[in-house]
Amino acid sequence: MGIVNALRRLSPDSRNTLVAVLTGLVAAYIAYGIWDFKATAVLGFMVRYSTPLALAAMCGILCERSGVVNIGIEGQMLVGAFVAFFGATWAGIVFGVVAGVVVGALLGAFLAVCAVSWRINQIIAGTVINILAAGVTSFFYRQGRTMKGSMPTWEIPLLKDIPLLGKVFFQNQPLTYLTFAIVIVLQVMLFRTPWGLRTRAVGEHPSAADTVGVNVSLYRYGNVAAGGALAGLAGALLSVEATGTFERGMTSGRGFLALAIMIMGRWRPSLAWAAALFFGLLNGLVNQLNFERVIDVPPQFIGMLPDVLTIVVLATFAGRVRAPAASGQPYTKE
Amino acid sequence: MVSDRIDHDAAAGGTAELLLEARGITKRFPGVVANADVSLQLHRGEILALLGENGAGKSTLVKMLFGLYRPDEGEIRIKGEPVTLRSPKDAISRGIGMVHQHFQLVPVMTVAENVVLGAEPCRGRFIDQRRAAAEVRKLSERYGLAVDPAATVEDLPVGTQQRVEIIKALFRGAEILILDEPTAVLTPQETDELLQIMRELAARGVGIIFITHKLREVMAVADRVEVLRGGRVVGSAVPSRTDEAGLASMMVGRTVVLRVDKTPAQPGAVMLRVRALQVDDDRHQRAVRGLDLEVRAGEIVGVAGVQGNGQRELVEAICGMRPIRSGTVEVDGRDTTSMNAKAVNGLGVAHIPEDREKHGLVGSYTIADDLVLNRFDEEPFARHGLRDFTAIDKQAEQLVQRFDVRTPSIHTETNALSGGNKQKVIVARELSYDAKLVVAAQPTRGVDVGSIEFIHRQLVAERDRGAAVLVVSAELDEILGLSDRVAVMSEGRIVAMLPIEEADRDRIGLLMAGGA
Repeated sequence: MGIVNALRRLSPDSRNTLVAVLTGLVAAYIAYGIWDFKATAVLGFMVRYSTPLALAAMCGILCERSGVVNIGIEGQMLVGAFVAFFGATWAGIVFGVVAGVVVGALLGAFLAVCAVSWRINQIIAGTVINILAAGVTSFFYRQGRTMKGSMPTWEIPLLKDIPLLGKVFFQNQPLTYLTFAIVIVLQVMLFRTPWGLRTRAVGEHPSAADTVGVNVSLYRYGNVAAGGALAGLAGALLSVEATGTFERGMTSGRGFLALAIMIMGRWRPSLAWAAALFFGLLNGLVNQLNFERVIDVPPQFIGMLPDVLTIVVLATFAGRVRAPAASGQPYTKE
Repeated sequence: MVSDRIDHDAAAGGTAELLLEARGITKRFPGVVANADVSLQLHRGEILALLGENGAGKSTLVKMLFGLYRPDEGEIRIKGEPVTLRSPKDAISRGIGMVHQHFQLVPVMTVAENVVLGAEPCRGRFIDQRRAAAEVRKLSERYGLAVDPAATVEDLPVGTQQRVEIIKALFRGAEILILDEPTAVLTPQETDELLQIMRELAARGVGIIFITHKLREVMAVADRVEVLRGGRVVGSAVPSRTDEAGLASMMVGRTVVLRVDKTPAQPGAVMLRVRALQVDDDRHQRAVRGLDLEVRAGEIVGVAGVQGNGQRELVEAICGMRPIRSGTVEVDGRDTTSMNAKAVNGLGVAHIPEDREKHGLVGSYTIADDLVLNRFDEEPFARHGLRDFTAIDKQAEQLVQRFDVRTPSIHTETNALSGGNKQKVIVARELSYDAKLVVAAQPTRGVDVGSIEFIHRQLVAERDRGAAVLVVSAELDEILGLSDRVAVMSEGRIVAMLPIEEADRDRIGLLMAGGA
């Protein structure tokens, strides 16, 4: 009885989330019961694939919730990956990751200068970052470097022993855990703290925030720079943690896919994470089916999947979900 | 209404505490002096009306009082102490609150969230939602401002949103409340409620500065009036010792005809016939829901209604600017249901659009070009596919003179004109070709009193020439002054059609609000 009442008091959003999570779990365990090994492989792929995407989507959320469109996530990630990897070859992985995050934040700050202070068209400013990133990382790329050290895998005691979920979620590398934490913290901060309320107000109706003494520019600078840092971290995760190497153009559209995930997740951290996991699951399934020759598709088509999914999601969701009202619009005091 | 006024004349006389004082305020912008040597005083529990036309400097003045602008000269004192207000934050911390003309509320957030934004009560690092709601409830009970703290702002009617704004100011400890044109967006009933709230606030010691150009409201609620013209205070008055006509001439600087002079209408054939019209708004929601309307040659039909009840969609559908879902529109017997704007215009339908910057003009064009915007490709303004500038300029010279557009030249960019003059350019263009049907949406919005008078006379002249005129306006006074018949619109339908003799404010107000 108590449970029923508790369910009733939940908001429709939380109720839907709860239902989705439970359904997902049941489906996962049924699959695990039938093909234990393959199911674990697919879900493991899901987490590995979705983590950098979720992190990059958090960047998008931070920026757009405060009213700045960041189409330069792709470039910020790429530079983050580049700097993190070469930093790691030079002075170790911790230095590499920190360097990637710092450079990402600087690129975020650059976008903020363009968008907030100079009021440049934000799409153009973001595109500049993307072009710059592709050029610079290709130019300075050197072959044959190896990192000093590699990311360890941390197993969480007790939790790692849960069948299926333990292996999928609790035997991962540090930046993956960090991403889980960032998503949860952001979700709480955005909807429960004064900072979150003000950030959302700045992104929805900046003059309303301004007239009650909230510094619109400051909030936008802070959030866009922090977003850049997250994109840099996503890049570092890709190079230093997931692959242990850097390749030219290695983000291959993930920054744009992250924007699609942000939209699908309705600019909410937890929903965006769910969307990222969903994308990861799709990719994992396709990979597994391809691997087993159930479907026979040339690898180039598998490589296209992120872009195709981006288009499908944007076509389905964009226009139907509601973006922060002031997103993309520079704010001018009267 | 005037009789139950709380009498503050004694307070205004100097026994009450002086809350706010401005001394010799001057503010210059490049090329204009917005305020010149303005002084005013506000006492505890007093309602001070700032009356003036658009561009008289009312807004600039209160923006300085709220820290949005800094005065070039002069001094602001709060409770006797000289202060420098650098930002709204400064003003708020000194007990000044402002309700802006365009509400500063975040539509997707709740009432409580909007109220506490920027000054959130916290428990630890988190916002204390319960205390936020309790604060809102406390203020709403103390001042009689009924509102649900948990409601989402965008779902609330405009009048309630305004109450949220007032609560927002009170929550921040405002003792001085500045209301910038607060009644512009309200129904007559909501207006009465607001005036009642203002009296209640004043009775509890709040000092109120109330910007308006509506004389009726000044007479009803203000303890004192300061009249601004051309950036200066041109007069002070106590409403009980003056009348509307006196205030109007003080405001404009000459005697103003408040009533539109016109003879009874002589309606002819039906020029516009709308049947069972259904139209969607931009968000694909049904906005006009089975509307019937007829307008005859030689009459003015006014559409009264609270904004957002489908008026805009109706006008755009008639003018061919918005697809019609079902139903028909006929102009002079021709079915125009599926015609585009150009074709409808070609049939002799003039349109003075609601949003003059967006649909009425190309601001970066010259006045001469804007005056032929709908006929640039026709004789005599174009010959053999080339524009004839001699004809265009000749027409522009004529219209600028006839419609009294104040401009240095016909080749001036339209953007450089004031709102009133821009509106005159549109009116000149639309009324220059003997239209059969004139559709005028908010024809005098944001226009000074002098130009209002002029535009009204032009519309009556069109009627007398034999055109059918449809006027849509949010200003009930405008509807009542101009119309021969009044159509009241509510929720996408015409809920009543009244001959002007039977149209009185209260009855229309009730109908507008959806009452029977």
